[in-house]
Amino acid sequence: MNFELGYELPVGLLLLTAAAWSVAARDSYSATVGFVSYGLLIAIVWMQLQAFDVALAEVAIGSGLTGLLLLGAAARLRAAEARVTVRPTLALRILAALACAAVAVAIAVTVLTLPEAAPSLAGPAVAALPATGLGNPVNGVLMAFRAFDTFLEKVVLVLSLVGVWSLAPDLGWSGRPRLLHPFADDGVLRFLARTLPPVGLLFGLHLMWNGADEPGGAFQGATVLAAMWLLVLMAGLAEAPRIRARWLRVAAVAGPATFLAVGLAGVGLAGAFLAYPEPHAKSLILFVELPMMLTISIVLALLVAGPPERASEP
Amino acid sequence: MSPTTLFGLCGAALVGIGLYGLLTDPRLLRKIISFNLVGSGVFLLFGVVARRGAAAGLGGDPVPQALVITGIVVAFSATALAVALLIRLHEAGGGATFDAPAGGASTDRPET
Repeated sequence: MNFELGYELPVGLLLLTAAAWSVAARDSYSATVGFVSYGLLIAIVWMQLQAFDVALAEVAIGSGLTGLLLLGAAARLRAAEARVTVRPTLALRILAALACAAVAVAIAVTVLTLPEAAPSLAGPAVAALPATGLGNPVNGVLMAFRAFDTFLEKVVLVLSLVGVWSLAPDLGWSGRPRLLHPFADDGVLRFLARTLPPVGLLFGLHLMWNGADEPGGAFQGATVLAAMWLLVLMAGLAEAPRIRARWLRVAAVAGPATFLAVGLAGVGLAGAFLAYPEPHAKSLILFVELPMMLTISIVLALLVAGPPERASEP
Repeated sequence: MSPTTLFGLCGAALVGIGLYGLLTDPRLLRKIISFNLVGSGVFLLFGVVARRGAAAGLGGDPVPQALVITGIVVAFSATALAVALLIRLHEAGGGATFDAPAGGASTDRPET
């Protein structure tokens, strides 16, 4: 086994350290900070694996939004978690560690014995790409070749929002999600929340538009938009909308609804569900991507914001 | 050993680390974080398979890469739902762990 590693080894070690820290840290706040740094490190790994679209998604969603969600939860649960005294016994922990190590070793052996000639769909994907009018093969897979997955994923997003909302107390249905804004009096945050959104909006749309041919896409762009909205909410400059608002509900289903409509039209125009008639493929994909971006950004932000609470004002 | 193999081994280790946290930490929020680590390790294994399938002038097979992007979004949705459930459990007096002696709502407390 000859080593040809440069900075990959330290990156890998840092990655595992951050992961171990987010499991072992004493309080959940530190663990979450560990998890966020883990997300940034794994984005570097994705870059190294030449998966630039995944790196963007990981930084934006895996690290950024998940981090925000977990930090909020850690802050709310801090007191309750401090009361925990019961831990598994040492013997039990050693047993668990051995079992987990066995699983890890089994996977590692699988990795080391992967077949030399790796199976790949890169060739067929590139060959069929011109028909979609896109230049980014990952986006081609997402929006055309495996559009069904992407469509269902939008449905999952909307369903999980329904799930989160359904946890609201009865009186919450007329209310708004209550974001924790512990830094609302912070001048720096307010300044950022006033100046950053225009740039963020432009950058988000750029990621979506450019995603047709280069790394980026509707998700990554929409996550930037969601982050901008959350920034404004967390700085206390605007309130989260009431979940009864009709525009909100229309926006939340606009993406999957348009996708479904275009998909059904494909049955008549191109002979299959979610197929695009060839000369119009790219314009149809963009037509689907715009409302999809609206849906993703709104649903992602509302998922972070959590269930609505009782309206405190009339 | 190539960088791709190294990251594959990292993915295997991540699954192990996450699984350990999931099994041994009684705090539910920590179980959610650990479960995300397991998921992330699996995604990384996908990434390694994608990188090995580099062909046709691409740095990696775009199909597993696209699946991982979908997976990241679905993992986030599931995490958001899990966190909302946890906070509701906490507000309803059920505590934030499987072991806390807090007000009675949890009946399936494992013996340790």
